[in-house]
Amino acid sequence: MAGNRNKGNPGLMGWIDDRFPATAMWEDHLSKYYAPKNFNFWYFFGSLALLVLVNQILTGIWLTMSYNPSAEGAFASMEYIMRDVEMGWLIRYMHSTGASAFFVVVYLHMLRGMMYGSYQKPRELIWIFGMAIYLALMAEAFMGYLLPWGQMSYWGAQVIISLFGAIPVIGGDLAQWIRGDYLISGITLNRFFALHVAALPIVIIALVVLHILALHEVGSNNPDGVEIKNELDENGIPKDGIPFHPYYTVKDIVGVAVFAFVFALIVFYFPEMGGYFIEAPNFEPANPLKTPDHIAPVWYFTPFYAILRAITFSIFGLEAKFLGVIFMGAAIAILFVLPWLDRSPVKSIRYKGWMSKLALVLFCISFVVLGVLGVLPSTPGRTTLAQLCTAIYFLVFILMPFYTRIEKCKPVPERVTG
Amino acid sequence: MKKQLLAVIFALVPALSMAAGSPAKLDAMTPDLYNVESLHNGARLFVNYCMGCHSAEHQRFARTAEDLGIPQEVIEENLILNPQTAYNDQMRIAMTKADSAVWFGTPPPDLSLMARLKSPEYIYSFLRSFYLDSGKPWGVNNTVFPDVGMPHVLADLQGTYSLSCDPNAVGAGTIDPLKGKVANPRDCFKEATPGSLSPAEFDKAVYDLTNFMVYVAEPSKYQANSLAPKVLIFIVIFFFFAYLLKKEYWRDVKS
Repeated sequence: MAGNRNKGNPGLMGWIDDRFPATAMWEDHLSKYYAPKNFNFWYFFGSLALLVLVNQILTGIWLTMSYNPSAEGAFASMEYIMRDVEMGWLIRYMHSTGASAFFVVVYLHMLRGMMYGSYQKPRELIWIFGMAIYLALMAEAFMGYLLPWGQMSYWGAQVIISLFGAIPVIGGDLAQWIRGDYLISGITLNRFFALHVAALPIVIIALVVLHILALHEVGSNNPDGVEIKNELDENGIPKDGIPFHPYYTVKDIVGVAVFAFVFALIVFYFPEMGGYFIEAPNFEPANPLKTPDHIAPVWYFTPFYAILRAITFSIFGLEAKFLGVIFMGAAIAILFVLPWLDRSPVKSIRYKGWMSKLALVLFCISFVVLGVLGVLPSTPGRTTLAQLCTAIYFLVFILMPFYTRIEKCKPVPERVTG
Repeated sequence: MKKQLLAVIFALVPALSMAAGSPAKLDAMTPDLYNVESLHNGARLFVNYCMGCHSAEHQRFARTAEDLGIPQEVIEENLILNPQTAYNDQMRIAMTKADSAVWFGTPPPDLSLMARLKSPEYIYSFLRSFYLDSGKPWGVNNTVFPDVGMPHVLADLQGTYSLSCDPNAVGAGTIDPLKGKVANPRDCFKEATPGSLSPAEFDKAVYDLTNFMVYVAEPSKYQANSLAPKVLIFIVIFFFFAYLLKKEYWRDVKS
């Protein structure tokens, strides 16, 4: 890729470039990476996700310096951080708020991809790497939530790990293998700590690198879903492309400022976010003998939790709990194959037919409604609503190959429209 | 007839919700972390009345003193009752968990985070809702926390009260199916023996105590409140320059 570019130049950079493709990498990924000039609001969330990742890693490192990953000391060490460590409360709230912020920006980033068909050929691998990041992020968040060793940490983990127990034949042993004990204990806490602070961050960083490399190989999509590489000028530069640096770096910094304002507002004034970011039962140390009245996962898992609870019936002799686990897994798995479900000749929602537009709206509504239902205790009425939304969620994807093929699309312009 | 039917239905709704174990109706309580007088009084009450049995083990005496502006000598003379405890020690108690588990049925919980675990309203209401109940080991029960294992430690301040309505109805703040509507659950509390404080003074004392517990649950609030405006103003100024920079660069991008 770098070839013999920037070789034999004088000065320090020349010396480095002769030995390492520093300038070539800078050009390939920033100063000569041509991005479409018509990125809109929705395109802030990729760079913001990277910002939050850096926030999580930095605050996480500093939390690790004072955190005690043992069943006896974890809860007290959190309060030690909150009270005795200089600015410890700020670091902790930045980390806990950052976890929720990560999901906010990732969900919006994914919605952007769905709206503008950013997963379509030739960007299938970008989408798959992205989905893998999302999966790793869920594991990372789940394991991180056990670490404060509060009541909700403990019982939330208990509920999720017990899901593995629903798998026929191997379930019980599998759940025990994950816990490393007969019940969630200090052993579980220690291994979750190791995975949370070492293993999964490495996986996530590696996947982010792959995600960006794949993106820069094929180039960015845009709100029109037009390939800017199809229209090149005499220098071989896309006519509708602008160098990522400085144009999008300066633009993203504006987004960073807006994000930072909202983030700081929450960190300083509403770190618990009404119990959605930090749940009240977590202010009590984990107690294996006392179950909280109502166990709800953190908000970013609730759509899938609602799907799990919506399956109250058994089919083919498979019990409801196991079916629920299958549906929950399928709800995430089906997103991986999205690039092959969408058979539309156009990418962007702007030029797709009414059926795709309706499907996307229904998908968003069902996802949000499921998210709300997942927070609430279940009642027969809510279970029915959750079943309806689960059905809509899956139908949007299962019927996609049909409605994307038969619907009438609008003509796509040759060039981006701004 | 229709109206009466509706009235009956509406009257039953809360009763039904009560059957499902609805939480007690709580009295409003708005903490004020900048009311130093209230916090000082709350600290005094906390150490004298709560810390016989409850610790606040995540909080240090010194931190409390610094945050609330209490001189070290005052803390050492009035709030640190155990001579073994140093000024910078955590607010622990002498009672062991093993002993208290035998005496009370369960060890009294640590109170460092109670205001965040429950809520200021809960603590404020709970401490004012004890009533005489000869069926209980300590001779008292509580409408906010039924069958609580805690004695009425503030009885010498509040006096004792008996309950003239169904305790469940008082707890839910709604309807007593046998005795009719309870307009204000507070009306059900009838003074049995007077305390050293008037009802209004007692409410104030409990407010102060709750206020202190809110402080203890999150002492970093002061630093957060003072840092927040500076950070937010910085971000706004940063946004302004970032926006101008973006505008300058994008001037040459034709749409």
